[in-house]
Amino acid sequence: MTATSSSQGSPPPDSLAGPAVPAVPTPRAGVAPGHAGPPATSAVLARSLRARRGASGGPGGRRRRGPSDERERGALSVADWRRPQVAWTWRGMHLALLVLLVVWCLGPLLLLAKFAFTPTQDILTHPMALFPNGFTTGNIEQAWTRYHIGRYFMNTVWVALGSWFVQVLVATTGGYVLSVLRPRWAKALNWAVLTTLFVPAVVLLIPLYKIVVDPPVGETLINSYLAVWLPAGASAFNVVLVSRFFDSLPREIFEAARVDGAGPLRVFWSIVLPMSRPIIGVVSVFAVIASWKDFLWPFLVLKSETVKPLSVYLQSMANVDKGTLMAALAISTLIPVVMFLLFQRMFLRGAGLGGAVKG
Amino acid sequence: MTTTDAVSVPPRVQRTRRERRRTPVTWVRRGGLSALLFALPLLVIFGVFSWWPIVSAVEMSLQKTNLVDAPTWVGLDNFRAVLSDPLLPTVIKNTAWFALLALVFGYPIPLVGAVLMSELRRRKGFYSVLAYLPVVVPPVVAVLLWKFFYDPRPQGVFNTVLGWVGLGPYPWLADATWAMPSLVLEATWAAAGGTVIIYLAALISVPAELYDAAEVDGASVWRKIWHVTLPSLRGVLFITLILQVIGTAQIFLEPFLFTNGGPNHATETIMLRVYNLAFANLGNNFGQATALSLLLAAFLAVASLVYFRLTRSWSTS
Repeated sequence: MTATSSSQGSPPPDSLAGPAVPAVPTPRAGVAPGHAGPPATSAVLARSLRARRGASGGPGGRRRRGPSDERERGALSVADWRRPQVAWTWRGMHLALLVLLVVWCLGPLLLLAKFAFTPTQDILTHPMALFPNGFTTGNIEQAWTRYHIGRYFMNTVWVALGSWFVQVLVATTGGYVLSVLRPRWAKALNWAVLTTLFVPAVVLLIPLYKIVVDPPVGETLINSYLAVWLPAGASAFNVVLVSRFFDSLPREIFEAARVDGAGPLRVFWSIVLPMSRPIIGVVSVFAVIASWKDFLWPFLVLKSETVKPLSVYLQSMANVDKGTLMAALAISTLIPVVMFLLFQRMFLRGAGLGGAVKG
Repeated sequence: MTTTDAVSVPPRVQRTRRERRRTPVTWVRRGGLSALLFALPLLVIFGVFSWWPIVSAVEMSLQKTNLVDAPTWVGLDNFRAVLSDPLLPTVIKNTAWFALLALVFGYPIPLVGAVLMSELRRRKGFYSVLAYLPVVVPPVVAVLLWKFFYDPRPQGVFNTVLGWVGLGPYPWLADATWAMPSLVLEATWAAAGGTVIIYLAALISVPAELYDAAEVDGASVWRKIWHVTLPSLRGVLFITLILQVIGTAQIFLEPFLFTNGGPNHATETIMLRVYNLAFANLGNNFGQATALSLLLAAFLAVASLVYFRLTRSWSTS
């Protein structure tokens, strides 16, 4: 609950002005982003910047790099950096860290990319040699045509989309009740949601399986996407995240809308939702990533070939030809990695926020 | 309805007054109905997939059930069976070993990385992206890839690389002593980036005034890090520690996919035991599986309570 939540806590008018600040050359140390200049100027600037950047980052995602970064300092002061001994030590350490990060974090993925285009025989005998006997696209073709990676890939997309929708629906409507409408029973509801945060996932596994096998209404949900979509919505973490954000929205806006005759639905749809785009972005990223990563639960409930997501299918591929397997692994890694590179701010902000909320 | 009244008026009188004033019509008019409608998705989803399963876990742990035939009540038999399971000491030892190794590998490395990265004046984003990259790789992909890296032949990826400096070949997953550290190494690779980002977010909020003050007092860089940076991270460090322990105590994916508990149960963890009791070939012993998972949850709850008690006096947040 530190800089992260306080920066996400500021209302969207700030978030419009926020991205405009880096364009202003003067360092704005200590000045709140909302006061970045005459409102008209900053709004125009912000609008043009947003138009140029497109929808990708979202206003919230950009804010972290705004004025706060200039204000912040680490343990090393400017004076420290001027001292040759300190500067060279730290430059050396930073370079070593970079080499380590490239080898340790990127290395395995580069190897995977190389394996995807290397004939199986070479993968097995000379894994570290760079294409000793040429280059092949046969692995990718095999994975795509014979093992139908594309089909399972689409299943994963469905799983992710549905989980995303249920999670956003539950978190936004729930957060709206807990933080904006605040009926008398909101406190009890909040408490009931919060306690589930303290129940480890292991406890839920088997009872959830029982419910999915024999749900209270309707047919069994085994091999139905609903078996993954619906439990995904029961994320107390999302509800906490969203309701904290709603808490920070200025209540005067809701009061004003109410006075103007807007009902609860109208306030939700036309005011709260548009204002909470940054937090919905974070929840969405979490939701998509989680369903992309999930293995055990889909492995238990999505068994048939028509609904099996990629992660479950890959596990059953473990013993096929190594070249094909590597190509399949590479294809399944590509999409999340590309998504991460495109939306990196949102990912990293979400990851940091996760720590802040847990903390 | 006003709170000042509620304090002075005795509860009974207050209730009757409230009932008279809160007819269904006024309830709807005041937004009670719409609040309920908005809460409906949360109530239904949490009710069916969170609150009810928690209750149901307790119920199932007292039953003998295979989810097909009607369950029979067996009292505490499941707990007795689980506690006298000859494999129980092994799986507890394995899980503790995994958790300990994960702490040794995975706890200091992200901290050092994050402190170094927070001092970057340029390209901080680039470093963060590199560090976070493994986190976005689907875990199944990571495990299958690393399983290939751990090929025990001399031509295996890791054995080749270590062979360049004259080490190995090592048996990796094939050997009972090597298997668990190998699992932890991959798990650390997959998770460290997330912790780095959490620390970085916390480091941003270290007040600049503290560093300024330390400089006025003539503190060197290392003293600033030791006396300002690390103490400011205290709250986050406490939380990530207990979260990591809770996470690693429930480790499943790595032992399941890498070794399926082998060789000779050397990597069978509590969670894998729960899975095997419930879903493996001779399983369908859902009652015992639930009992074991409840025992684990109870242990974690007690452990975190004790932990928070012990650290409360040191923690800032």
